[in-house]
Amino acid sequence: MQTNALTDMNPDFLGEARRQAEICNACRYCEGYCSVFPALHADRAFSDGDITQLANLCHNCRGCYYACQYTAPHEFELNLPAALAEVRRDSWESFAWPQPVARRFHTSGGMIALALVIGFALILFALRALGSAGGEGFYAAMSHNAMVAIFAPAFILPLVSLAISLRRYWHSVGGTTLKLADITGAFGRAAKMQDLAAGHGEGCNFEDEDRFSQSRRHVHQMVMYGFLLCFAATSSATVMHYVFGLHAPYAFFSLPKLLGLIGGLLHTIGCVWMVALKLKSDRHLGDVQAWGGEIGFIALLGFVGFSGLMLYALGQTALMPAMLAIHLGAVLTFFLLTPFTKMAHGFYRLTALIRDAQRKRLQG
Amino acid sequence: MKPNDYDIAVIGGGNAALCAAMTAAEAGARVLILETAPKAYRGGNSRHTRNFRCMHRAPLGPLVEAYSEDEYFADLMKVTKGKTDEHLARLAIRTSEECLPWMEAHGVRFQPSLSGTLSLARTNAFFMGGGKSLVNAYYRTAAKLGVDVLYEANVTHLELNGDTIEWIDFTHEDQDIRITPKSVVVASGGFQADTDWLTRAWGPAAKNFLIRGTPYNRGVVLADLLEQGVSQVGDADQCHAVAIDGRAPKFDGGIVTRLDCVPFSIVVNKDAQRFYDEGEDTWPKRYAIWGRLVAAQPDQVGHVVIDAKSLNLFMPSVFPPLKADTLEELAEMMGIPADKLVKTVEEFNAACGDTSNFHPTELDGVTTTGITPAKTNWARPITEAPFYGYSLRTGVTFTYLGLKVDENAQCSTADGPIKNLWAAGETMAGSILGQGYLAGYGMTIGTVFGRIAGREAANHAN
Ligand SMILES: Cc1cc2nc3c(=O)[nH]c(=O)nc-3n(C[C@H](O)[C@H](O)[C@H](O)COP(=O)(O)OP(=O)(O)OC[C@H]3O[C@@H](n4cnc5c(N)ncnc54)[C@H](O)[C@@H]3O)c2cc1C
Ligand code: SF4
Ligand code: SF4
Repeated sequence: MQTNALTDMNPDFLGEARRQAEICNACRYCEGYCSVFPALHADRAFSDGDITQLANLCHNCRGCYYACQYTAPHEFELNLPAALAEVRRDSWESFAWPQPVARRFHTSGGMIALALVIGFALILFALRALGSAGGEGFYAAMSHNAMVAIFAPAFILPLVSLAISLRRYWHSVGGTTLKLADITGAFGRAAKMQDLAAGHGEGCNFEDEDRFSQSRRHVHQMVMYGFLLCFAATSSATVMHYVFGLHAPYAFFSLPKLLGLIGGLLHTIGCVWMVALKLKSDRHLGDVQAWGGEIGFIALLGFVGFSGLMLYALGQTALMPAMLAIHLGAVLTFFLLTPFTKMAHGFYRLTALIRDAQRKRLQG
Repeated sequence: MKPNDYDIAVIGGGNAALCAAMTAAEAGARVLILETAPKAYRGGNSRHTRNFRCMHRAPLGPLVEAYSEDEYFADLMKVTKGKTDEHLARLAIRTSEECLPWMEAHGVRFQPSLSGTLSLARTNAFFMGGGKSLVNAYYRTAAKLGVDVLYEANVTHLELNGDTIEWIDFTHEDQDIRITPKSVVVASGGFQADTDWLTRAWGPAAKNFLIRGTPYNRGVVLADLLEQGVSQVGDADQCHAVAIDGRAPKFDGGIVTRLDCVPFSIVVNKDAQRFYDEGEDTWPKRYAIWGRLVAAQPDQVGHVVIDAKSLNLFMPSVFPPLKADTLEELAEMMGIPADKLVKTVEEFNAACGDTSNFHPTELDGVTTTGITPAKTNWARPITEAPFYGYSLRTGVTFTYLGLKVDENAQCSTADGPIKNLWAAGETMAGSILGQGYLAGYGMTIGTVFGRIAGREAANHAN
């Protein structure tokens, strides 16, 4: 676990990104767009760790591509968003733990679908094997304790895995002992998704060539806040269950229901919109190999929300147990795949921002 | 619309053309842009720019403090040594102040002065993302205003009959097309990409020049109009040329091929002889004359030699330097006589004196004594291995020979103004700049005169 994960990375990706970074460093025209460029201009030569850090600072807004006078057919063939996207994904795969599963899902929507099927099967099996202890509502299909027995580890394992990965990342990019200011600075930027607004606050160049648009930022906010609301719904239910002894099913005007409903809607619509944006964008400015895996991941993410809403809609019908299995299967798969899919990007990005704040503090 | 349904044809697709087209469209004219480049290369030299020089009486946008008309004009006179049309120059300077908000309103975004260019924070406003993002923003705004664009539309001829342009010929998708717009704006740049023309003006040396910007500014329209007696300004051998990395591509190498290491080096020619004071002044003030100095050397090449202690004193450039443990080895890599290089360096080192006052960013007066040419600042002996080398070549930015215009950007013949022909940008910059160049003034000229040309062309057409 202490081996340097950088050595697992693809030298071709690193080399190409380094070649382009050196051109940018002689040019500097894009300095105002995002945090990649000021970090880049602080160096003269780029180690593998430096390139990895730059890659994780980039959020693929593509501003620097459309602004670049050196894109193909020019012989310098600049395409920094794509070069950094490849390094970024490779870094997530290389730092992930455990390794054998790490390189399966980023590039393959098929593998994600397969995982989903296995997730369903596991839940169905659990329903069959454990059955119900005669509870009400959903617990009529699966007892509360059985749910906890399945989902507690499914929640904790990915967190452990991510923690290992981020630790590897931190050491690879040369991170040193943290100060509180590094963290608060980075969180402030992440919460506002400030960089997704681009240097002049008009958003990304994503769905229509060089037109600036806030869509991508808004869609990310929708999905993120939708997801957090759903999470809050589950958390509030947990608190009600254990602290106040209030057991599900809950009424419509209850925290879990309201948070879940709003969150689920935001989250589901956000994912559909995200796919629509992606379909309009130019694949060659991202990680082409990861296209299928990314779409597969968003589909899974959206399906988690959608099946949750369906479960809500069909909760009083005979379809409930089937819907419950489908929803729980999707949630289970989603949790377990978190360290190995695009879901990991938020964690890496935050870490990269913290490291960037630290760099700025140390370089003064 | 068919190509013939437009009131105004604008020839060219760079900054000057776009400023003219947007202004004319806002005045209600139907405008067609004819750009010879494909879409990927639209925007001519303008897509390589990074800033424009802007007068301001108080802090304005990204610009700090103030920059008065007189100071701006004085700066200009210094570089042109008085070869300047004062009336037009002051018009450009005065109007630049209102250009900045106009540019913002048409989609351009500015950013604080780039790292490494702090000296320009007061005088030059930097485009966020550089010139290509400016060009992109203008194309978007122009489209919203109803301006149409034909790419790969190469204008070959403007028919001048007395005081009127009767028609325009251009080729597009293998077709020859003739249109008869009411007004015509020429904004198709200089002729620097036509090596034969450069060679006629400069002699065979021009074959070794590199062209820093677009390969599409070949002066086709300029030559066509001059042949028909349209008034000319400037000399064919006047141009803005700088010394750039000799490994740069023939065309379109742009900003990244610049080399900032000369002040910390010695520069020798292919015979390993020094030929000019490398430390005469700070590099931003000297890089333009080095274009000409190198052009005057055999094979139009210079070789820069620095040692390990100077490597980190200048901005990194796009190509890594040659690197060798001995000067002999370095000479071999450069293809110059090793014994002579060693001798030149020894003589130079022997002429260096006390270097304790060395200061990389100021004129430090650390000078040589007893050699010619002297090095009058930053003269430190070349002693610490590894040694590094770059080659220098002449990189032409743009040519000055162009169309003579008046304060309305209008072209003329010996018999008086041409009723429906205006020019803007590089193609008429010689009307203002007789020689020399002031960083950021090219975009100022293009913006100011582009807007004037658009206004006048629309007035005539409406
Ligand atoms: C590397 C570099 C950096 C520079 N940096 C700066 C800077 O920071 N600030 C500054 O002020 N100036 C800078 N300049 C100078 C600046 O680029 C020019 O002064 C300015 O762009 C001229 O604008 P323009 O519209 O006249 O010409 P261009 O932008 O060159 O446009 C000419 C257009 O005409 C088209 N064209 C040519 N022939 C034909 C034809 N026959 N038919 C149809 N179309 C034709 C071309 O394709 C092109 O689109 C720089 C130049 C270079 C090369
Ligand atoms: S992406 Fe292109 S324009 Fe931007 S800094 Fe890099 S080389 Fe320059
Ligand atoms: S794609 Fe956007 S975030 Fe990434 S380097 Fe370019 S400008 Fe920065």
